[in-house]
Amino acid sequence: MTTLAQAGYPDAMSHLTLAHYVAVSAIMFAIGLIGFMTRRNLIIMFLCTELMFQAAGIALVAFGRYHLDFSGQTFVIFVLTVAAAEAAMALALVVLLFRRRDSLSAEEWRDLEG
Amino acid sequence: MIPTAAIPALLSSLAVAQHDGAQAAPAAAAALRDGPPMYLLIALLPLAGLVLCGLCAAWRVKSKLPAWLTVACLAASFGLTLHLFLTHFNGADTTPMRVLGFRWLHWSWGSGVGESFTSNFAFYVDSLTCVWMLFVTGLATLIALYSSEYMSHDLGAGYNRYFAAFCLFVFSMSVLVMADNLTLLFLGWEGVGLCSYLLIGYFYKKPEAVAAAKKAFIMNRIGDLGLLMAMFSIFTAFGTVEYARLFPMIASGVDASGNQIQMSTWLTVVTPLLLTAGAFGKSAQLLLYTWLPDAMEGPTPVSALIHAATMVTAGVYLIARMLPLYDADPDRTVLTFVAWGGAITAFWAATIGMAYYDIKRVMGYSTVSQLGYMFAGLGLLTSGGAVFHVFTHAFFKATLFLCCGAVMHGFAGQLDLRRLSGVWKMKGWGVVGFAMLVGALNLAGFPLVTAGFYSKDMILAQAFSNTDEASIAGSRAVGWLLLLTAGMTAYYTFRVFFRVFTGPPMYEPGPDAHAHAHDDHGHDDAHGHGHGHGHDGAASPKGGTPEEHFHPHAPGWAMNLVMAACALLSIAAVGVYFVHGHADAHGHESHGGWVVSMVDHSSAAMHAPHGGTLFGRDPHALMYWLSGVVGATGIALAWFFHGAGRTTSHTSRADTLFGLVPGLRTVHGAANAKWYVDEIYDALIVRPLNILSHVFHLIDQYIVDGIVNLLGAFPRMFGRVIRPMQSGEMHGYALGMAGGVGVILLVVFIVSLLVN
Repeated sequence: MTTLAQAGYPDAMSHLTLAHYVAVSAIMFAIGLIGFMTRRNLIIMFLCTELMFQAAGIALVAFGRYHLDFSGQTFVIFVLTVAAAEAAMALALVVLLFRRRDSLSAEEWRDLEG
Repeated sequence: MIPTAAIPALLSSLAVAQHDGAQAAPAAAAALRDGPPMYLLIALLPLAGLVLCGLCAAWRVKSKLPAWLTVACLAASFGLTLHLFLTHFNGADTTPMRVLGFRWLHWSWGSGVGESFTSNFAFYVDSLTCVWMLFVTGLATLIALYSSEYMSHDLGAGYNRYFAAFCLFVFSMSVLVMADNLTLLFLGWEGVGLCSYLLIGYFYKKPEAVAAAKKAFIMNRIGDLGLLMAMFSIFTAFGTVEYARLFPMIASGVDASGNQIQMSTWLTVVTPLLLTAGAFGKSAQLLLYTWLPDAMEGPTPVSALIHAATMVTAGVYLIARMLPLYDADPDRTVLTFVAWGGAITAFWAATIGMAYYDIKRVMGYSTVSQLGYMFAGLGLLTSGGAVFHVFTHAFFKATLFLCCGAVMHGFAGQLDLRRLSGVWKMKGWGVVGFAMLVGALNLAGFPLVTAGFYSKDMILAQAFSNTDEASIAGSRAVGWLLLLTAGMTAYYTFRVFFRVFTGPPMYEPGPDAHAHAHDDHGHDDAHGHGHGHGHDGAASPKGGTPEEHFHPHAPGWAMNLVMAACALLSIAAVGVYFVHGHADAHGHESHGGWVVSMVDHSSAAMHAPHGGTLFGRDPHALMYWLSGVVGATGIALAWFFHGAGRTTSHTSRADTLFGLVPGLRTVHGAANAKWYVDEIYDALIVRPLNILSHVFHLIDQYIVDGIVNLLGAFPRMFGRVIRPMQSGEMHGYALGMAGGVGVILLVVFIVSLLVN
């Protein structure tokens, strides 16, 4: 089902449907999630969260394209900017955590148990 | 002293109270004249003294300044009272005067009679008030002067506090006596109770003083409940608590709207009985007397002023003031009760006074006993005699207390008559000895030359003058009981006098000689150490345990002056008996002197029957002889047992008597133990209440708190159950989150399947 607006786009896109993008996004998210849950290395876990982040970004762009609404893409640009800052800070935190325990394992940090 | 021209003008702006009360009353309203607002200062000057002493406390004054301020304010107040008396109540016109202050309480909830309540800050001054105010302000001034020296060991915060409370007391007492209505009287009544509490507990580091203060306060509350209930029922019946409207209504039996007032038993018996409960609480009578001897824990000037001369006579004043209501009962049930209550208390307290060793408490019991005389006087229908006795007693008992205070001050708190002897012979104690002798003669009722003799006689004689017409059941029995008590009084008074003031000079210093341990009454350390060294042997002559470094400290000029003045006033009070007052409007002239004539010109006037005889003679004539002989006998016995031939301070012929009469020592011991009344109260009232409060405490702790704690325990139990879920394991949380999202997605999926 195509709308009037979609009709104006070049043909090359026609074989690639929304579902493909969403599938890629879902797979990336799943990989990130599984990685986050299975790995113990803080840096890897952080990378996995970034992966999930970007998966969400792909989905946003795809849906923005699908609806011909630029706010999806705009939003992703903002998110990327924030994510860059956040990455710098998170990695700095990881460095600090490493200095405390001489280890990157997340299992070293379980002081807040009930 | 008072710029009489300026102050009234200043105060007239203050006098905003309305005359609404008096105008609303119908023709029955008694004649009443308006007094200048200047006389409000009689009460307000002591209040100003309170403020000044408060400022002294705020500025941490460490001199005798508060004492001089107090003396100045009280002297001005006395001067003004004297002015009031001389200009308005010294002539034939003794119409009550009303001095309006400001509108204090005014509520109305309708327009009918009894549907509004008015209590102004106003003074109702009649000749009864005048007598009372004269000795209250006069003695307060003198005793404040005495205190300036007596309390000088405590210069600083304690001194300021003492004089502030002193001023507040005089203010409250003035308000009590001059109040224009029962509500304002109650304000003063509670005010003097508060000051009594504050001053008994002056040495608040001493547990006995604190306990005594609490005891006085709590026992007074019992009586106050009666007074409050009486006020309520008076308002319910008459629709007012203002004397100026109340007295005409009681006299005419017609209320403000002209309706007949139902003089029910409730009104004529129960209400006065409730008033009597209040009076007996304040004046330490019958069952409520035990607080007064304990009140001797306070500084002695306080005992002299509050617990002998003025506050404790407030009960007598209350009954005298409300006498029209008491007399409204044709059977005089409550007056009979008052007579008997007073006589029994007089006798009972005298028995304890005969056996007690603490001279100040002997005076305390003596006060209870003498107050009993006053109540008996009221009950026996001689309000004049009762008030005359209040008047004379105020002076001579204040003298006695001040002398005891001087002894206490000089011998480091020593009050045991077995450890003091021959004080009069010591250097510098002449005035004390003389004043003590004057006071003791008055209290003992020594014939002809003492005022106490005449005032006591008036009450005793009235007991036998009453005929059946007076409706006082057992009037003669009361008389005999009081006569016996008069002998006992003479004995115990002179027992103290002969033991302490005559005989060989000996002493042991009291508990305060080791001054640092006690911050206490007559602590005398500075003087003791001042000239003590090198006198060790001579410091305690002839026996007694030698207390090195101790010298008795004779009173200084202020104390001597006041004691001498009080003694001279006690003597001068004899003259009062022979000064005749003015004849009243009907040409009647009162017999019995100035005080009686003043009372007879007030609402407290009683016209008692005078038909009774004693041994076929006129009791008034015979009683001079009879009570004179009884008093002299008491003195002679005291001299025989405690004065004559005594060579040591701690033994006397009375001890020999104990050996001769079997059982006497037991009786003496029981009387010395205050007949175990405190112990009985403790067992019957204090302890059960204590146990009950413990029971309630346990109920509170285990049942009430238990329920609350149980409710609080539920969230804790819940928390304990779910706490292990918080493992601190980051992966666990991630799994939980992911799993949760998964479950939600699954649920949404299933639901969407079911819905479609």
